[in-house]
Amino acid sequence: MIGTLLLQTLALAIPYVLAALGGVFSERGGVINIALEGMLLTGAFFAALGAHAGGTTLGLVAAVGASAALAGLHGLLCVRFRADHVAAGLGINLLASGLTRFLLMACFDSASNSPMLPGMGQGVLASPMLWGTIILVALSHVALARTPFGLRLRAAGEHPQAAHSLGVPVDRVKICGVIASGALAGLGGAFLALDNHQFTAEMSAGRGYIALAAVIFGKWRPVPVAAACLLFAFADALQIELQAVLSGYKQFVQILPYALTLAVLAGFIGRSRPPAALGAR
Amino acid sequence: MSPTPLASLRAVSKSFGETRAVQGVDLDVASGEVLAVVGENGAGKSTLMRMLAGIHAPDSGQVDVAGRPLAPRPAAAIAAGIGMVHQHFMLVGRLSVAENVVLGEEPRRGFFLDLGRARAAVRELSREHGLAIDPDRLVDDLSVGERQRVEILKVLYRGTRLLVLDEPTAVLTPDESRRLITMARAFAAREGHAVVIVSHKLDEVLSVADRIVVLRRGCKVSTALRGATTAEELADAMVGRHVELPRRTAGDAPREGSALLELRGLKVRRDDGTIAVDGICLGVRGGEIVGVAGVEGNGQAELVSAVAGLARPAAGSIVLSGRDVSRLDVAERQALGLAVIHEDRQLRGLLLGLSVAESFALGRTSEWTRRGLFDRGRLAASAAAGMKRFDVRADGPTTPVAALSGGNQQKVVCAREVGRQHVVLVAAQPTRGVDIGAIEVIYRELLADRARGAAILLISADLGELRALCDRILVLYRGRIVGEATAQEASDERLGRWMTGAESVGEARDA
Repeated sequence: MIGTLLLQTLALAIPYVLAALGGVFSERGGVINIALEGMLLTGAFFAALGAHAGGTTLGLVAAVGASAALAGLHGLLCVRFRADHVAAGLGINLLASGLTRFLLMACFDSASNSPMLPGMGQGVLASPMLWGTIILVALSHVALARTPFGLRLRAAGEHPQAAHSLGVPVDRVKICGVIASGALAGLGGAFLALDNHQFTAEMSAGRGYIALAAVIFGKWRPVPVAAACLLFAFADALQIELQAVLSGYKQFVQILPYALTLAVLAGFIGRSRPPAALGAR
Repeated sequence: MSPTPLASLRAVSKSFGETRAVQGVDLDVASGEVLAVVGENGAGKSTLMRMLAGIHAPDSGQVDVAGRPLAPRPAAAIAAGIGMVHQHFMLVGRLSVAENVVLGEEPRRGFFLDLGRARAAVRELSREHGLAIDPDRLVDDLSVGERQRVEILKVLYRGTRLLVLDEPTAVLTPDESRRLITMARAFAAREGHAVVIVSHKLDEVLSVADRIVVLRRGCKVSTALRGATTAEELADAMVGRHVELPRRTAGDAPREGSALLELRGLKVRRDDGTIAVDGICLGVRGGEIVGVAGVEGNGQAELVSAVAGLARPAAGSIVLSGRDVSRLDVAERQALGLAVIHEDRQLRGLLLGLSVAESFALGRTSEWTRRGLFDRGRLAASAAAGMKRFDVRADGPTTPVAALSGGNQQKVVCAREVGRQHVVLVAAQPTRGVDIGAIEVIYRELLADRARGAAILLISADLGELRALCDRILVLYRGRIVGEATAQEASDERLGRWMTGAESVGEARDA
């Protein structure tokens, strides 16, 4: 049971980690990203569409492309047009929800789900996406801490005027951060659909928001954020296992990951300091 | 002066809407000189410097650098060797010193940021110019003086030959100011280099500059060589009439009697839980001005917040006219006779969207309310009287305060607080960023308030101001009072040593 629990945790963690890494890139650049939810969903749908049409690889490419495009829209709204980040994010999420339902009907003639899809490997340990995710966590850390782009992104999220006065193209840097966040969240969505061998409507089911909670809990740093995602994924896995054991209390047990999110945020949100210009327009 | 000046502005003018900020000013900066530009707030000093630094394009006239016209872009000015250090620092607090310095022009190794080379560059420049700083420290952890060094290193890293310093010493300790001036002189002495300092500290200007240009209302009104002018002459040229800042006269000793404001073992924590004010005891009697000196960030802001009722003390008490007010809220303290001029007028003293009359009534609305409604006529009349007494330059009581200059905004705050029924007045940096004309009014009113018997606590970074106004001066260092002196005893050296923690006489306690 412990073995399945841990494997389950890893599988559940992958979309969380990818979306949360996306959240890190967006928010370190100063753009609040509640649109992670919509980006996961969009990624999941386009992964299904691509995989259906031309196999897993095409699915991944389509997921990343579509979700990055959606993120580009979010970046444009927040950065170029100075929209309120939360309102823009909400709009993106509603758009993603409506668009995927519409395309589900248009492409697969179904209101609820896509046809079955090819998966990737047998079990999570054999999935290239597990290793890919681990590498992406490390790469994100290096990109933020050790590259000129990372430095500029952090400066843009902390004190955009200072960065601007030194000739840093602040708007462009921020939008790049948001697009990176879309690409990562799209990959996370792709895993959801491929792991499930199917796209189902609204299958992101709030994971984007939990990923955002992990970003805060992990203090906007890739490695701690990934660890926070593992914690939330563990709670999720535990919930699934417990449902079988405590079948009488199914609804109660299902609350577990969300209750943990709330408890963690209530305890930590005051103590972790967001980028100084997060949400600034 | 060399035949081709390092930089020259030819008949430059610049307007913002209706305001003519700079009108037909000619200015040459010669290689090797330290040029000072002085003038009141709104005289056009910063606008002029921003045209030199490529931030503003002149409406007419021309900016030449080394004989070539300068394109009005910051990047072009940087490339031409002009580096401006702004009065309000432009630093990213959570990045390291080295990261701040190289931001935007990062040394690279392939894909990566070469932090090793960035550190080496910072070390090299700081050694060369005597600006000691550890490249790996976070800017958030630096003192104000150290932050300024980072700002200077930033422009030096970009190869500046003409260094423009906007009000560089406003926030420095006397010792830091001296070191900065030494650095500026050495910089200007290099082949093909020069420094322009914008300042309102005339003594300092006289000691550092080779040439002093005075601006008034956007025009150049005089140029003087060092040694050929005096601080009084410059001040008069800046204002356009003879000014003499009022001083506390030595004769009138503070009144006897018990303290109207007393702090007993006051402790205040910052938001992050660290101790900002560490057990302060002090008392201010009626008719007395007690000054609090210190480098910014040593507990002054938290002290004022606690006395005003914006922050809850962690320990100790605040006593107003013999009554413990530590648990009372802001309005209750005001009702007991507390008036506060806050340090940041735009953050705490004013709502920029309101009119002058409305700002005048902020926190005093009951004085002009009848049957629950504002008596606008009476308020406008009181506001007009306050504007007259404090010489607030605005079209009228209905003008929005956002349209006023900083000095006039501050005069509105002072008029409101000094006009309030009060026995204790706390004034935090009341003359920061305001011009001489406004300083004159504020000094006069603070002294008048003292003569009326109010107890005044004056928090200021300007030692000259403290000496001019205070009966006693206390020095705050890391949240403790480390020294106390009368105005006569308080030399810059002595206060400076206390301010940097180099010396302490133990916690001074009020009699």
